Amino acid sequence: MAVTTVDAPARRAARSKPSRGKARHSAVGYLFVLPFMVLFVAMVLVPLGYSAYLSLFEEKLIGGEAFVGLKNFAEALMDEAFLGGVGRMALFLVIQVPIMLGLALFLALAIDSGRTRASRSARLLAFMPYAVPGVVATLMWGYLYGPDFGPIAQGFEALGLTPPDMLGESGILGSMMNIVTWEYVGYNMIIMYAALRSIPTELYEAAAIDGASQIRIALSIKIPAIRPAIMLTVIFSVIGTFQLFNEPALLDSIAPVVITNGFTPNFYAYNVAFVNQDVNYAAAIAFLLGLVIAVMSYVVQLSSQRAERKVRR
Amino acid sequence: MALAGTAAAFSIIATGCSAGDDGGTGEASASPEVATDEFDEAMSTPTKLTFWTWVPDIENQVALFEEAYPEIDVTVENVGQGLEHYQKLRSAIESGEGAPDVAQIEYQYIPSFTLTESLLDLTPYGAGELGSDYVEWVWNQVAVNDGVWAIPQDTGPMGNLYRTDILKEAGYDAPPATYDEYAEAAKQVKEKTGSYISNLAANEPTQMVALLWQAGLEPFGYDGAETVTIDVNSDGAKDVVQYWQDLAQADLVSTDAGWTDNWFQNIANGNYAGWLVPAWGPIFLQGTAEATSGKWGAAPLPQWDASTEVSGNWGGSSDAVLASTENPIAAYELARWINAEPEPTTMFAQEQFLFPAALSVLEDPEFTDAGVEFFGGQQVNKIFAEISATVNPEFQWLPFMEFAYSSYNETVGVALEKKGDAVSALDDWQQQLVDYATEQGFTVQ
Repeated sequence: MAVTTVDAPARRAARSKPSRGKARHSAVGYLFVLPFMVLFVAMVLVPLGYSAYLSLFEEKLIGGEAFVGLKNFAEALMDEAFLGGVGRMALFLVIQVPIMLGLALFLALAIDSGRTRASRSARLLAFMPYAVPGVVATLMWGYLYGPDFGPIAQGFEALGLTPPDMLGESGILGSMMNIVTWEYVGYNMIIMYAALRSIPTELYEAAAIDGASQIRIALSIKIPAIRPAIMLTVIFSVIGTFQLFNEPALLDSIAPVVITNGFTPNFYAYNVAFVNQDVNYAAAIAFLLGLVIAVMSYVVQLSSQRAERKVRR
Repeated sequence: MALAGTAAAFSIIATGCSAGDDGGTGEASASPEVATDEFDEAMSTPTKLTFWTWVPDIENQVALFEEAYPEIDVTVENVGQGLEHYQKLRSAIESGEGAPDVAQIEYQYIPSFTLTESLLDLTPYGAGELGSDYVEWVWNQVAVNDGVWAIPQDTGPMGNLYRTDILKEAGYDAPPATYDEYAEAAKQVKEKTGSYISNLAANEPTQMVALLWQAGLEPFGYDGAETVTIDVNSDGAKDVVQYWQDLAQADLVSTDAGWTDNWFQNIANGNYAGWLVPAWGPIFLQGTAEATSGKWGAAPLPQWDASTEVSGNWGGSSDAVLASTENPIAAYELARWINAEPEPTTMFAQEQFLFPAALSVLEDPEFTDAGVEFFGGQQVNKIFAEISATVNPEFQWLPFMEFAYSSYNETVGVALEKKGDAVSALDDWQQQLVDYATEQGFTVQ
């Protein structure tokens, strides 16, 4: 009996001690996340809430503000300019993203294989476009694409061919894909390259002993090993594509008639807000666009998880 | 009529000048509503003003102002040009803080700011008496709907700048005087030299609007309250657009987008033999096409009716006082002083090459008689000063020109670029404008 009476408080103490420690632990934890949470709430949640609030109203130049519920959303779903922009970006995604990521993967593998001489400068060179300011890039491409005096057009003419209309209606999307690819190949390459460096080298040794070629190693070891990094770049690209803004905004000064207000959904939201001065409708568009991006990213992630499970099985 | 008005205005200015010269005590601007002592007190109290403008080197004029009124301290801020400037201005107005006291505003955007009651009516501060100091049509741009909303600074009466050498090669010693002759000349120029007589940029609604203005049309109107008039697809407008569409479809006039690398190069190397452009064109060309110095000529626009001479306006701007200012007297005096006193206005014309709105400068021989080497010694300022007197005096704007221009680019602009049916695109433009206006709660007439 005596033993138990003595033991009980001791046991209780023993039990409660770690739990008190746990509480202190978690309090400290919260303290650490606090700076993040403050910024997150102030810079993300509050603006998000505010634009959600805005999207439910309608403000007229004459007559002021009125609550309209989901009318803006209903309108956006019927809006040809918005839907056209989303469709255009879907096309962009299907064509440009595979090309860009394929190139990035190829470059990353090439540099990682150690066969490239001066791999460090090659890496830098591929990454450089990402560091070029957008305005400079546009000026440069505007010159290169120029229909009368651009070097590409002049090259075609020198060969007696009709130059493609790179800034015309038929060519502009391709021209934009080219700029985006040029800009982001290096960026994606760096992500993949970093993942490649973390693969244990024993695997390569083992493969070499088995007599695997470099290509075999790349296909069977490297690519499967960096699948998560590749998926990351895919998701980044999906988000980036639907949010395309800089390129149309800057190309607008080079090919103003071809880049319509609704060329990309993001550019459309900007024009609706600042040219048409309809902030409320722009908020609704931005929200719908966010939804499209969330769904697309989820679909990509889900399909990649499924694929992975299949591989594991 | 116009001549008599000009002469009267000139005599008023002449008497006003002597008072303004010695430091600008500004008695002239005192009116019944703002008494002289009130004005003097405001101008001798230490005051800080903010002035948003994109005009290069305007600090020089502001420095002169600060010399005249040592107690007033003006901060000049350049928040961007064009759309960016207005966006920031509107945001600041909406948020209720951070708006400047005085802001640069182009004439076509004034109604969009009076609509939101963001501008101060300057009449009580004495602006009502300034009308005779400016060209009539310019004053009509700032004095609308029973108020004076800004003080004019510069203008852009439209003329024709052309390559004398290319026209000569095509057989013309003088520029075409009428549009019929212009179309014929376009054919000759194309055949004999391979150049386009000019480029009508598909993305330049302001140029097209100026041409409609010249044709005596009134596509826009606004009563200052809730009613707008939209008439961009009138028969007259269709005639003008049809004319250009015919030239474009016959490949006699190009419709390349303006302000692009391609466009600059085409101007510099004579692919465009001319440009229908406002009074700010000459100085712009001297920077862009330096190598062609001496080969250019300036003339009035071709005319629809050979017996009259009329023009339109493209560009120019004014200085407005915001309704939110805490120092309306000082802010008004800044806007007035730099745009009405002889020293700063002459400086605008001579150093910044802004084409003047003030009659005192427009009629100053020192300004008009200067020969310009780039134009083979022609007195370009005199030509444009004469054109300025022929600009149609009545022309109004919609309170949402940003949308109107952007909608033009999406309809008429696209059609011009593709050399398609720009005339029926005018109907689309009309429709978009009417839809937008109705949606925004305006009554459309």
